[in-house]
Parts: sequence; C-alpha cells; structure tokens
Amino acid sequence: METVTGYVTGINGNLANVKFEKAVRKNEVAYILVDGKRLKGEVIRVNNGIASMQIYEMSNGIKVGDPVEFTGELMSVELGPGLLTQVFDGLQNPLPDLAEQCGFFLERGVYLDPIPDREWDFTPSVKVGDSVEAGSIIGSVPEFQFTNQIMVPFTLKGNDWKVKSIVEAGMHHVRSTICVIENSKGETMDLSMVITQPIKHANKCYSERLRPDEPLVTKLRAIDTFLPVAKGGTFCVPGPFGAGKTVLQHSEAKNGEADIVIVAACGERAGEVVEILKEFPELIDPKTGRSIMERTIIICNTSSMPVAAREASCYTAVTLAEYYRQMGLDVLLLADSTSRWAQAMREMSGRLEEIPGEEAFPAYLESTIAAFYERAGKVRLKDGRVASVTIGGSVSPAGGNFEEPVTQATLKVVGAFHGLSRERSDARKYPAIHPVDSWSKYKGVVDMDRVEDARSILKKSIEVNQMMKVVGEEGTSSDDYTIFQKGELLDAVYLQQNSFDEIDAACVPERQRLEFDIMYDVLHKNYDLTEKKDIRAFFNQLRQEFIDWHGTVFGTPEFEAQQKKVTEFYLSKAAN
Amino acid sequence: MQKVYTKIESIVGNVVTVRAEGVRNGDLALVGDSYATVIKLDNDVVSLQVFAGAQGVGTTDEVRFLGKPMMVSFSDNLLGRIFDGAGIPRDNGPALTENMIPIGGPSFNPSKRILPNKMIRTGIPMIDVFNTLVESQKLPIFSISGEPYNELLSRIALQAEVDVIVLGGMGLKYDDYLAFRDTLERGGAMGHTVMFIHTASDPIVECTLVPDMALAVAEQFALEGKRVLVLLTDMTNFADAQKEMAITMEQVPSNRGYPGDLYSSLASRYEKAVDIEGAGSITILGVTTMPGDDVTHPVPDNTGYITEGQYYLKNGHIEPFGSLSRLKQNVNGKTRDDHRAVMDGMIKLYAQYKESLEKKSMGFLMTEWDEKLLKFGGLFEEKLMDLSVNIPLEDALDLGWEILADCFEPNETGIKTSLVKERWPKKEAL
Repeated sequence: METVTGYVTGINGNLANVKFEKAVRKNEVAYILVDGKRLKGEVIRVNNGIASMQIYEMSNGIKVGDPVEFTGELMSVELGPGLLTQVFDGLQNPLPDLAEQCGFFLERGVYLDPIPDREWDFTPSVKVGDSVEAGSIIGSVPEFQFTNQIMVPFTLKGNDWKVKSIVEAGMHHVRSTICVIENSKGETMDLSMVITQPIKHANKCYSERLRPDEPLVTKLRAIDTFLPVAKGGTFCVPGPFGAGKTVLQHSEAKNGEADIVIVAACGERAGEVVEILKEFPELIDPKTGRSIMERTIIICNTSSMPVAAREASCYTAVTLAEYYRQMGLDVLLLADSTSRWAQAMREMSGRLEEIPGEEAFPAYLESTIAAFYERAGKVRLKDGRVASVTIGGSVSPAGGNFEEPVTQATLKVVGAFHGLSRERSDARKYPAIHPVDSWSKYKGVVDMDRVEDARSILKKSIEVNQMMKVVGEEGTSSDDYTIFQKGELLDAVYLQQNSFDEIDAACVPERQRLEFDIMYDVLHKNYDLTEKKDIRAFFNQLRQEFIDWHGTVFGTPEFEAQQKKVTEFYLSKAAN
Repeated sequence: MQKVYTKIESIVGNVVTVRAEGVRNGDLALVGDSYATVIKLDNDVVSLQVFAGAQGVGTTDEVRFLGKPMMVSFSDNLLGRIFDGAGIPRDNGPALTENMIPIGGPSFNPSKRILPNKMIRTGIPMIDVFNTLVESQKLPIFSISGEPYNELLSRIALQAEVDVIVLGGMGLKYDDYLAFRDTLERGGAMGHTVMFIHTASDPIVECTLVPDMALAVAEQFALEGKRVLVLLTDMTNFADAQKEMAITMEQVPSNRGYPGDLYSSLASRYEKAVDIEGAGSITILGVTTMPGDDVTHPVPDNTGYITEGQYYLKNGHIEPFGSLSRLKQNVNGKTRDDHRAVMDGMIKLYAQYKESLEKKSMGFLMTEWDEKLLKFGGLFEEKLMDLSVNIPLEDALDLGWEILADCFEPNETGIKTSLVKERWPKKEAL
C-alpha cells in the first residue's frame, strides 16, 4: 500500500494540524517525524484539507513543515499469547522493556512490541477445508493455567473463508504464519498467533448478548450481599479523595472471582501501580493455587504521562478484555479513574475549540461514557460458550460532589452504584461504600427480599440516630434504641470488613449466606432488655463475638465453636 | 546565524505573535531583552509567551529565536544560590551557563520506581510521630492565608535530614522571600539549598516556570544519588497564574475559571516525586492555600487526588485529624516498637479530649475522666503540637509516654500491656 504523507502546518499543545495529500481516515494513526523520532498520533478531525491529530507524546520541538506519515490503520492493539502479567502504558508499550531500553525516563517516540518474542507450543484445532470466520478458533497454546486460543482476526470480513493450510502441532514462533485461509474469490490471508484489533470499536464476534444474571463475587460482604455486581455488568465507584477508591479496586482486583483481571490505572498516581506490581506477584489465588499476577494485565497511564495516551488507555484495556472474553473467559476490567479519562477528552475538546458543555466537558461526554460501559456484557459466543466482560470504573468527582457531569453520565449507564462517603472513610469504616445511598440492579449471593428488609432496618436506625442527636438518648424509647443498635451492629460487623486481617478481608459467598442468616435472625428478634445501658452492653458484647467469629477460618472447628457462641449469646436474651 | 524578526503582529496579554519559519514548538526566544517561549504554531504565525510580560513591548521590537527549549544550568555550583523563575540570579552572583538541562522533562517509568520505605526525620513531633513523612512522598500543606506555613517550611528545611533542599517560591511576598533567605542562612542550611523565587510583583509567566525549574534541578541531584527535598510555596499561586494565562489566551475555562488541564499540570509536577532504584529520591512538600478554607476549591481538591495525604495547618499547628500521611504505614512499623501504639493511643485520647471540651463549652458537668482528658489535651497541645518543638522521634515518643503517665492510669490508655510494662515511666522519675 502506498504511504500517504503530509506535513505539519500548526501546533497547539498536543494538537497538530497536518496538510496531507491523497486520502486520510478519521481516527487513523499517523507519525510525525521529529529529529529522527517518530511521534505517534491519531487523526481526530479532518477539515478543509487539514487533518487535526492528537499527539500521544510531548509536542516540544515539533516545527511547521515536519513530515507526517499516515498509516491508514486505526488505532489498534496487538492481541496474542504472552500478554498476561505484563505492564503496559496506554498505547500498549511494555513499561519494563521500555525501562530496559531507555532507562529511568519514558523517552518519547519509542514503541516496543507488546507481544513477547518467543515460541509457543501450538495445537491446531482446524483442518484444511474447514470454514472459518472472524473470531473462529484455529488452535491453542498453553499460557499459565489458561488455554490461550488462537483466533481468526475479529476484523475479517465475509463468511466464505476456508482453511487452506495449517501447521502441525509443535513449537512455533508467535509471529510465524501458522495458518493460511482463502475465500471464494481466491484471496488468501496469512495468520499468525498475533492479531491486530482497533481499540475504539466494540468487538461483536458473538451470537447474542445475555442478561447479566450471575453474581461476580468480590468477597466483600457489602458488595456481594447488599450491592452486588454481576458477571457482564457494570458498576461505578465515585468518591472524594481519600475515601478509598483505589484501595477498594485493588481489593476487587485481588479477590474478584474472574478468570482474567485487567487493571487500567488511568491518570492516577504511579505509586499505586507500584504497589500492585510489588504485591500481586506474592499473592496466591486460592482457586487455582497460582500467583494472581498470572491472571492480571496492568495498563498504566499515570497522571504525568501525556494526556492523549490517557484517553486511549481505557480503550486499550477494554479491547484486551474483549479478547479474553472471546476465549470463553470471565473478565473483570477495573478502570481507575474514568474522571481522568473524561478530563483528557475535555482537554482535547478545548484544543479543537468545540463548543463546551457543562463544566467545559464536551457535549459527547455522555455518549462516549455510555459507549465505553456498553462494551461490558455477558455474551453467548458463536460456539455456544458463555463469557463476559465486567467493567468497574472509579469516578473522582470534583469536590466530592456527585452532581458533576462525569458522575451523572456514568450513573445513567451502570448497573450498580457504589458511592463512597467521606464520613465513613473518616471514621475508618472500610469499605466506605454508603449502604443506603448506593444501589445495585443485580442479583446478589443472598435472597434480595431479605437484604431489602435488612436495609430498611439500617435506614430506620439512621433515622433514630438523627433523632437522638436532637432529643438525646434520654428522649428515645427503648424500642427505637434497640433498632438503632441493630443498625449499628449490621454496619459494624456485616458491612465493614477488616482489610488488614487476612481472613476477614475475603469472605466467600457460602460464609456470607451463613452469616447473613444469623444476622437476619438477630435483626428480627425482640430482646428482653429495657434499660439502655443493658441494651448497649448486649449489642457491644454481640459485636465483639461477631468480630471474633470473623477472625476464624471458614469451616474449621474454631469457626463452628464461635458460631455457636454467637448464636447462644443472642438467643439467651431473645424474647419469645 | 540567528535570524532577527522585527515585525510583531499582535500583542495580547503576555502573548505576542510574529511571522517566522523553521521555529520549533517549545523553543526559547528573546523578545527585546526578555525571554519568551513558543506556545503555538500556525503556519508561519508563531505565538510567544513573554516571561517578563508584554508590557512595553513594541511592534518593532526584535524577536530572536534561540533554537533550544527552556533550560536550566545544573552543577554543584547551584548550591547556595538564588534564582528567579527564568533562571536569572537574584543574589548578585554570576549567571550559570554550564551543563544546561531542559526543564519539564519526560515522566519517570513507573516500572523503575520502588516502594517508598525510608522515613524523613523533621524533628517536628506532629510529623515524625503522627504523620510520618516518607522519602519520595508528595504531600501538600493545606492552609489558609495568614497561617505560618512559610515558617513551617523553613523549619522543615532546617531540620529535615536530607542532602539537598530545593525551594520553589511562587507569588511570595518580598518579606517572605527575605525571611526564607535569612532563616536558611542563619540556620546554616543555605550551603545545601537552591532557591527559585518568584515574588508577587514579578511577571506572572515566571511563576509557572518555578516548579519545573526546581524539579528539573532536583531530578538531576536525585540521579546523582542525593536525597532531595523540594519545597513549593504556594501552589495555589501557581494554579492562579495558569488560570490567568489560560484566560488571556481565550481557553475555555472548566471550573471556577481554572483551565481544564489543571489536574494534569499539577499532577505532572507532583509526580516527579520518586524514589529511584540505586540512586537518590525526590520528596515534595507543597503549600496549597485554600481560599476561604474551602477544601472543595479546585486547587486543593485536585491536589488531594494527586498527593499521598496532606497536612492541615490550622490555628498555628498541624491538625491531627484532617492530616494524613498515606505512606506512614510503610515506615512507622520499624522505627521503634511503641511508635504505632503511642500514635494510635494518643490520637484516640485526643479525640475524646475534643469531645470533653465540647461538653464543657456547652456547660455540662465534668466527670473525673473528663478532667483527666482536659489535662491531657492541654499538655498534648503544649508539648507536642506546638510547631516550635524540635525533638527527635525517640524523644518525642518518650515525651508521649510521660504525658500519658502524667494524666492516666496505664489501663486507661488502651495500649497493649506488654508495651506499658516496658515503657511506662516510673512515678518517681516524674
């Protein structure tokens, strides 16, 4: 193909105007040649023969007249075996390799191969003459505990392709041709284990989308029981700074019962990514007995990296997620934070001199956010397997005010809202998810009617507490005081978890069901107590027993002994 | 070699435009005798941001492009020197031109970072004991105008155990600048200090250069293996300068007039804080004054999302409640075995003291326990919270035990019995 070229005519921040000859496409990738370096960019507008490009790098040193090469390809990532455990920037550059090549700093214009250069033990699953289409599996390679399936590119058009040749089982290089396909017109295509996928198009190689109806267990009681997340669903975590968004996401990344976890650190602190990098390889997934790093990919475009690449990073992450979904896996994508992503859009929109919407965010903010979250979903693949992508995005609202545009646009499209509250985090309550203001439309691990019932007691308890602030403890009836204490108990021992305690930090669904049953019974019993002093003492003691229970390993004799202690204690005071 | 242009086409705010060719984005130029930097190119129209401000610039003034970006000299000769935002000496010393390095360089590769794990001792108990400063941490001091934040910074500069101090002053009152200089000279810290000072009356563009200058120099010292502490005051002035420039350039404002990239521009500076594997480190302490004591104001709000905690300076001392050092867990477990216990125990009691104080002010009867708390609170504020206290961490912990022993019985403190046995001061020693 002929390369289309052009030259720079103007530059403003990270936006370059380019005069071009022949044809260009919107959203195609182009490179500006500066001092022998190739700076990557994306065409985001074409107007009067001038293409406007956002540059994914710092734009210092570019001058008018610098040559530009258009690639004709949309902004894409490479998919193939060997992506797991890696750390990429927003453009899928492997950061450790970059450090090896360039040292301490991120040099611009250096783009490295994301797919490790090595051989894999390939087993074909098609034979000559088989029909294939986009997304068909042609074979597989083992990668850690997974079977990484090698697929026909998702962008392949037409359904009259047949396998012309396929290699024998054995070691093959990741980029060597392993299969040749041919269509009815006689066109052929060489396939390797690596495929290229544009990042801004949802991958639709499935037969139908299904309702997300199965809980994605996070081992957090407040989420799994009260505010569940479904496989293939979406949820958002807005919260002011210091409320623990990142801590919560890390916990979900660690304990979430998904096959693959993709963490997109988008415009946040580099230090937090370092924590994952140092901590995750040490942690063992109890289900598989292997390091949880082996199921993790990190996309890390921290706040000090160029803004345009930050915009791309969320798309890069979701494209990787869709790739693993096509293998029949359940993928959890955690994006921290989508506000930074939206701000990146705002910066570009400002440079393009578009008419601003609320708080100067572009008018297309809502539809862009909606399109991103809609890439989550539970699907039935063409071969009948069911797989899912779940997206959880944190939101950093300015001033902690949920009325701002990004939070509002996100709330419209997600299935669960985990709002973090400053009061709860200041009181060191973890997780700081507000149990009454937050909501979820998904089904949890416990019967939802009973959960609603428990929540109503919590609401009532909060009301009593408000009232008590005015009339004092003296002016509150014993019955109301009991309700208040019940709500406090539910909050303290069910909604809160001790993230530092290895046992309590991850609560499995069976345990949640059992504990909820007991808690439900506690909440619905009347107690033979009239003095407030006695009521307080009773609930304090009960809380202590519950906390001790949380410290025991599920299913052990100690666990059962403490369960008995809890039950006997509250039943001893229960009225008939 | 250098071409001179003499036809300035427009002068708006601090931005002038001139028609020229072959100019690079971000390059330095001389407009008259003031430095300027290229901020925008449109065909042959070059927009230049004039550092000294465009006041008095004439349409026929000479414009010369220097063909290089903004740079700062780096060598050990910097130590003890004071510069302005454009890198010009303020202290009558010679201008430095050797070993020029560009400012605002690329971001540090996250995979080369290490987990912060070294404490920086400051001799201030409210920092060392309660919210330990950790090497490579970035922390703002949230404060309102009138609080002694600059005094606090100079005390930290004098007392902190670091190799190099880089002070970046933005929009400083001239008196404050002199106070910094005199304090550091008197305290003998000037020998390992570099200062980049922009005072309130200096051109606004120079204000936005100060953090980049300070951090570029800090980065080089850190690469040489030095432990560098960067003090920035006041980042709200930096943000306001950015706002002023953005508005004159007719950028669409996002929130209370601040430009949409406020978060990114603050983050790219704060994120320079780093602990480099096999070399030194950069720790950043910045002052953020909160207009109207409002933490939801865009500057403190965006800062809070970037930094690793904050110190709240209120009524002349570091508030124990609003303040938080997110990295303190990384270090306070290995200082002394009683560090965490004393920290937690005293803060819990201090919180109860606040409640008692409230009760007292509302006219409730004080119980014996309340009286104990009131005594404790008074001693705590006098002996530990006062900013003029300068004692090492170990002494501060011992002092903590003394205060506890002075006011309470051991079982009232909620501290583990084993620690109490070991550390509780004997009565006769008091």
